[in-house]
Amino acid sequence: MSTTTGSGVWTTVCPLDAVDVEGGVAALVEGAAVAIFRTHDGNVYAISNYDPCCRASVLARGIVGTRGEIPVVASPMHKQAFDLRTGQCLDDAAVRVTTYDVRVVDQQVQVGRPREPVEGT
Amino acid sequence: MSPHLRKRLVVVGHGMVGHRFVQAAVERGLTETHDVVVVGEEPRPAYDRVALTSFFEVGAEALSLLPEGAYDDPRVELRLGTAVEGFDPETRTVLLSDGEVLTYDDLVLATGAAPFVPPVPGHDLPGCFVYRTIEDLEAIRAAAAGASTGVVVGGGLLGLEAAKALADLGLETSVVEMAPRLMAVQVDDAGGATLRRHVEGLGLIVHTEARTTAVVERDGRAAGLSLDGRDDVAADLIVFSAGIRPRDGLARAAGLDLAERGGVLVDERCRTSDPHVWAVGECAAPAGRMYGLVAPGYAMAEVVVDALLGGPGEFTGADLSTKLKLMGVDVASFGDAFATTQGALELVYADAVAGVYKKLVVSADGTRLLGGVLVGDASAYGVLRPMVASGIALPDNPEELILPVGRGGGADLALPDDAQVCSCNDVTKQQVTDAVAGGGCDSPACVQACTRAGSTCGSCKPVVKRIVEEWFEAQGRVVDRSLCEHFPLTRQELFDVVAVHGHTTFDQVVAAHGTGRGCDVCKPTIASILASQLDRHVLEPATRTLQDTNDAYLANIQRNGTYSVVPRIPGGEVTPEGLIVIGEVARDFGLYTKITGGQRIDLFGARMEELPAIWRRLVDAGFESGHAYGKSLRTVKSCVGSTWCRYGVQDSVQLAIDLELRYRGLRSPHKLKGGVSGCARECAEARGKDFGVIATERGWNLYVGGNGGATPVHARLLAGDLDTPTLVRYLDRFLMYYVRTADRLQRTAPWVDSLDGGLDRVRAVVVDDVLGLGGELEAAMARHVEGYADEWRATLDDPDKLRRFVSFVNAPDVPDPHISFREERDQQVPAEVAGPVVLGTTIPVGAPR
Repeated sequence: MSTTTGSGVWTTVCPLDAVDVEGGVAALVEGAAVAIFRTHDGNVYAISNYDPCCRASVLARGIVGTRGEIPVVASPMHKQAFDLRTGQCLDDAAVRVTTYDVRVVDQQVQVGRPREPVEGT
Repeated sequence: MSPHLRKRLVVVGHGMVGHRFVQAAVERGLTETHDVVVVGEEPRPAYDRVALTSFFEVGAEALSLLPEGAYDDPRVELRLGTAVEGFDPETRTVLLSDGEVLTYDDLVLATGAAPFVPPVPGHDLPGCFVYRTIEDLEAIRAAAAGASTGVVVGGGLLGLEAAKALADLGLETSVVEMAPRLMAVQVDDAGGATLRRHVEGLGLIVHTEARTTAVVERDGRAAGLSLDGRDDVAADLIVFSAGIRPRDGLARAAGLDLAERGGVLVDERCRTSDPHVWAVGECAAPAGRMYGLVAPGYAMAEVVVDALLGGPGEFTGADLSTKLKLMGVDVASFGDAFATTQGALELVYADAVAGVYKKLVVSADGTRLLGGVLVGDASAYGVLRPMVASGIALPDNPEELILPVGRGGGADLALPDDAQVCSCNDVTKQQVTDAVAGGGCDSPACVQACTRAGSTCGSCKPVVKRIVEEWFEAQGRVVDRSLCEHFPLTRQELFDVVAVHGHTTFDQVVAAHGTGRGCDVCKPTIASILASQLDRHVLEPATRTLQDTNDAYLANIQRNGTYSVVPRIPGGEVTPEGLIVIGEVARDFGLYTKITGGQRIDLFGARMEELPAIWRRLVDAGFESGHAYGKSLRTVKSCVGSTWCRYGVQDSVQLAIDLELRYRGLRSPHKLKGGVSGCARECAEARGKDFGVIATERGWNLYVGGNGGATPVHARLLAGDLDTPTLVRYLDRFLMYYVRTADRLQRTAPWVDSLDGGLDRVRAVVVDDVLGLGGELEAAMARHVEGYADEWRATLDDPDKLRRFVSFVNAPDVPDPHISFREERDQQVPAEVAGPVVLGTTIPVGAPR
């Protein structure tokens, strides 16, 4: 499922309509758990599925919404909000999760490289 | 202090004031030095005599001020059903009716008052009653069963209460009052006339300026009243309620000084003519005057506790202001209601059509409020009464204080800090503010708990609420009741707008009433509201992204991202075959197994992708969702009941099963738990539940508003001795009323407290149906019951709902590598995994099962 195009490797993970609007799915990309979200305005975001606050791989199961203008997901465990664009935790400045390149090609969601080094490896 | 140095305090009388005295003694530490023995003549502990009339609706237990039957403090001994025969100030001894002699260091008389029965011929015939104790009311109820007419002698506050009770018992009821108007002590002629129209509108017959000369006798029983210069009033049953007299006989026999008009004469410390004997409440006469209200009695109780602790407290008179709801009519009287002050002026607003009469008495120069009378609408009482006490200057146009809102009225006045807000418990505005500012209270309910303001008659609750809100506003901390940043509405308001507009999706709701795209607060709330109104499966496309993860996967998320599974076991009853299936499922999927507090079984450690296979097995065996994951009904716990138990009087298991099946799946503001006990031993701990049912020999008692957890609360009696259909009807109404009006994550106990009027309000809506909502609430519940379907069975039958139950959308068979287990006490439990895990050949991932 991985193809090399342009800037790097893209993994096609699922059709776009497998992701509910304002919902999320977890995907396995290069061995890492990635949470993919689709927001109401049609954007698609990918961040690490691992919630460092509770040390469980659950973020794809959070509720998607907004805080002010920021698109966020709230961790299903203890409700910390994460900025879908940057991975920054809005409730704890010291916490940030990895974000991934993501795009939609022919109605298929493709996840690319992590935008920062994967934490903890 | 060593035991032999401890002193003994004997309290004679366990009425409201005696009880308050003991409470104050415990709270203020008097029991550190004193053992307290309370001797009560009635067979039960103190009860709320102010609300005596509600006995017929709610039973004795709901009125009790000490439902546990004993004080928490072991140094207080309560002896009930025991009278005091006399006491001897010389030897400091008390003689009890059972022959025992108690010595005392100090003696507190709280013997209360007795009804005054005019000594007319025939006053003691069978069929004549008084209206003072629960036993009196039981006798009246028994007599009313064979009667068709009743008459009450006395048109005062208590007389009208008694008349209401007789009318409610189905008797054609007359009131005979000697004075020219009803409630002559509290209201003036015009107020009395307004009240009379209300009372007559309820079908009662009123005779004023009517003096009773004799009780008519027929066949050795009372058959009516003879009135001076009028026709006889025929009645099968006569209740005398013509005032009260202090019970000062013990003090008289002991040689203590009495007041000229009765009552034990006491000084401003409430000390009698013997330095070791004190008197409080209706039996006492500070400065020669007796007070027939509970608030002055409470104040006297506090003064005596203070005196025994060496404090400076004094009783120097009391505010005799009164506000009550009589037969559904507000009546209030405060300050100088009869304009007896020199030069006092009266301002009157009257609306005979609406049955409203309001009068203000103001000083000659029009600057100060002296008193007033309110009939039909006493909403201004909470503001007006403290204005009298504090002497605050009147506004330029004082008539606004009594004009209806919208006709120039509704004026708002800031109270001074020393204004007494709660007259029952003597709480000032300053104390309310202190509770918020320094005491950490963040709500009127908390202030009530901390200061007692509003906890007795409740009339000051709106003012307490306003003071709390004003304080927060003054701090720039608006009491923001918005659900979250996306909706400037409370949950109740949101519930109403969704119902009114018929919204069916979050998009519609947020477009019409909100901003942004929602969050983890408003989305589950709206999902719950939609579920209550539409009975739609929670995982339908329109609502599934609104659900919290527990509802989204129909299971309870645990610390490592796995879920727990709880099949419904209604009433805790399960067959051996059922147990075996649960055991086999747990074994085959390696699930940690534990019995819950709700009499069912919780299976832990299920990976999300395993949930459908687990539930397929359970559903095939006849189990259904237990909704352990939802803000919804959890369980209805039961004891084994009359089927097996030698004490049981009703089949509690059957009722628990019926109730659990009736309310299963009901989405609510918070989780809901129920319990049913088959007898008064209460083995199901039903009073620790949101709704608890306890069997009686005549039916069921229904309790509401209990919970365990961090702030345990005992449920309180809503209605007693119900047959099963009535019980279910009341429960339908109660639960739907809660679902519609509670705040998000507000359990039933704080919800009940948050309503103006508290439990009485709930009873008015649920039992008396004052809002006329009963039918609608029952219909809503009927729709829920009709529309119920097992969420797990429906999910298993729908591929679109099932497709979400995968570990990875692109690798559905690969288990999440972050989840690993270790063994503890022969079962698997979560193992800590540090940091993100990347799948690779060197990392153990646990084979898919």
